[in-house]
Amino acid sequence: MPRKNGPLKRRGFLEAALTAAASSSLVSCGRAGGGAYWRFFTAAEARTVDAICERIIPADDCPGASEAAAVNFIDLQLTRHYKKHRDAYRQGIAKVEEAARERGGKVFAELAPEQQLEVLAEIEEKHAGFFALIRAHTMQGYYGDPRHGGNREEVSWRMLGLPSPPVRGRVPYETKAG
Amino acid sequence: MALKHVNAVIVGSGAGGGVAAKELATAGLSVVLLERGKFHSPAGCRKDDLRNQRTSALGNGFGPGDERNPRVLVDETGKERIVLASEGGYSNNAACVGGGTFSYGAMAWRFMEKDFRMKSTYGAVEGSTLDDWPLTYDELEPYYEKAEWEMGVSGDDSANPFRAPRKRPLPMPPLPPNREYEVLHPAAKRLGLHPFDIPMLRNTAPYNGRGPCMRCRWCVGFACEVDARTGTHNTVIPAALATGNCELRTECIVREVLVDNRGRASGVVYFDAEDRRQEQTADLVIVSGGAVESARLLLNSKSRLFPNGLGNRHDWVGRNLQSHTYSGAVGLFNFDTYDDLGPGAQIAICDYNHGNPGLAGGAMLANEFIRLPYQFLDYAPAYVPPWGPAHKEWVRKAFRRTIVVIGPTQEMPIFEARVQADPKVKDYWGIPVARLSGGKHPHSIEIARFMAGKAEAWLKEAGAARTWRRQPSRGLSGGQHQAGTCRMGGDPKTSVVDKYCRVHDVDNLHVIDASVHVTNGGFNPVLTILAVAYHAAGHLAKTWKNTRGRV
Ligand SMILES: Cc1cc2nc3c(=O)[nH]c(=O)nc-3n(C[C@H](O)[C@H](O)[C@H](O)COP(=O)(O)OP(=O)(O)OC[C@H]3O[C@@H](n4cnc5c(N)ncnc54)[C@H](O)[C@@H]3O)c2cc1C
Ligand code: SF4
Repeated sequence: MPRKNGPLKRRGFLEAALTAAASSSLVSCGRAGGGAYWRFFTAAEARTVDAICERIIPADDCPGASEAAAVNFIDLQLTRHYKKHRDAYRQGIAKVEEAARERGGKVFAELAPEQQLEVLAEIEEKHAGFFALIRAHTMQGYYGDPRHGGNREEVSWRMLGLPSPPVRGRVPYETKAG
Repeated sequence: MALKHVNAVIVGSGAGGGVAAKELATAGLSVVLLERGKFHSPAGCRKDDLRNQRTSALGNGFGPGDERNPRVLVDETGKERIVLASEGGYSNNAACVGGGTFSYGAMAWRFMEKDFRMKSTYGAVEGSTLDDWPLTYDELEPYYEKAEWEMGVSGDDSANPFRAPRKRPLPMPPLPPNREYEVLHPAAKRLGLHPFDIPMLRNTAPYNGRGPCMRCRWCVGFACEVDARTGTHNTVIPAALATGNCELRTECIVREVLVDNRGRASGVVYFDAEDRRQEQTADLVIVSGGAVESARLLLNSKSRLFPNGLGNRHDWVGRNLQSHTYSGAVGLFNFDTYDDLGPGAQIAICDYNHGNPGLAGGAMLANEFIRLPYQFLDYAPAYVPPWGPAHKEWVRKAFRRTIVVIGPTQEMPIFEARVQADPKVKDYWGIPVARLSGGKHPHSIEIARFMAGKAEAWLKEAGAARTWRRQPSRGLSGGQHQAGTCRMGGDPKTSVVDKYCRVHDVDNLHVIDASVHVTNGGFNPVLTILAVAYHAAGHLAKTWKNTRGRV
């Protein structure tokens, strides 16, 4: 079929994206404290975001958003499709830390879970825009495809009992493409 | 270097444009098919649950991109803002070879007789431009059949007593029932309803050289990696190219339709993949860009003879933008209803399409397509907190135990729901963007509420322990089922094209896509778009015979 810049170009892009995705899961090993690895967040910001994500989807007998590396998803996407939300995160995180200091005299990540919930309830009310954003992104980083940096080891899909590998009937030449 | 003159240039390779290309190319006309998006193949398929044509959190899977294609949305309160292609309110369908048919759900509905005669059936509705089509179901019937057999539809509507008469059954049987079907079917029977298997543009047996569906979890919104789902990209477009008479040029965005000094269309101006301005002259111009972009293109084609844009002498281009007011209900069961079998949507009823007391229409109701985890969150009821342990717990419990029944309520078209060319905002190529404004008719909402109640009753009868309704919003309707912006009609003062999709005052200019729909039925629209395209392009090919499109 005559075409211009068709699948070949796309293929190249896929491979580049795959390489990036592969390296990002390595990076996420240094999550929460591995400051040098974050793409957008400072180490302190990453720690805050990680703790917020965990309150949004906490661990029970199944892993929570922290273990699923939702913060890694958010950090990665802030260098990609979510570039437009960078300011919202910088400012939002600062608000969270401000509220944390007022309430408990500590950084958010070091507050007791109940205090963290109080802080988040306040943020949800006073900074609804930022809270809606980080809530949606946490859900994406937890329930979405691991290729985007979250849902590590498909924790959420396993929780829901979805069989893996996810695509059935894939023909052999496709298995590499993700 | 000037491009070689051709018989026909077609703008857009979606449902309407794909069929038009095939009909004209097989009749021997030389055709250039211009598509602003890319060509995607099943082999390049990547199932991405955050970046596809249904969930666009990380962008649209099959176009358009966010960077180059803004629109302006004026909301119900009159506030305007710029929206990007992957954002809510953009009214996107798709931009790629195949258009919406590359990644759609592929329900393949025939409208009912009354859907073409809404005004005769229900009378005038205040505040609505509700009208009859200039075409009847009987006139379109052979073209519905042609679409079903040439492209390939599976399903079985023989148990649907409300269906419009058909001469030939569907060429392929339905998929074996999934669990939702098994739960919903007896319940519908107990209620005295008439459930049946949804017709789908999806192979369930080898057909047209392509294999059957393997029932994966990733269907609507994604590419089909085994090429079992049928769109124009794997049927009529390859057939057009195989004639040797049709050339497909991708990543080419058309800026305007050119007219000569006698007021006939003479070709189009477009920007190619390297952003070079090109002029393609042709004897016939066919606009098939989808309801928003076709209207935008006609409105952007201004000249001395047509100062308000082409086809727009009486201010009807861009008017009556409509889609469907979706509504329905969700049911939570005490047993597993999820069986991981795509495409998921399988069972429907047409008991409430017409004849609902006091209401001017209704909708088909069907079970919803299979839901991926992130998508599923959307169906949470109001009683579940939006985050925290209770939310997680609910997702975990409910994911495998919910059924969604939903339907596309036929809308009352309104003149003020419209597409304009924005006076200020331009896209990457400097072309004025689409400006969308207006809302829904209150009666559309009323009908949709009624439908939600019927969906809920069906789920309750099926044994749902809890149910909750999905209520419609008042905002402008557009999106995937966008239609109506270049209405078809007999009177040039109150419509844009005639029954053969020819623009009233430019005899070699046609609009062949969802734009021409007078009303949009209580069904997903694509089979009607395809049938109308076969009807119009077939007529054009027959009457062509070197008349250069003159009547
Ligand atoms: C996820 C999804 C699910 C759907 N499910 C169903 C379903 O189950 N059943 C059903 O009936 N319908 C469904 N639809 C809707 C269906 O796909 C559309 O109704 C149908 O494709 C519309 O056909 P069209 O010819 O009007 O326009 P389109 O198919 O949108 O084609 C228009 C084409 O024109 C191109 N174009 C526009 N402007 C220009 C320009 N200026 N220059 C060059 N090219 C241009 C566009 O890029 C596009 O490819 C679904 C759609 C989506 C996205
Ligand atoms: S469910 Fe069937 S038609 Fe849909 S994408 Fe999967 S294999 Fe293709």
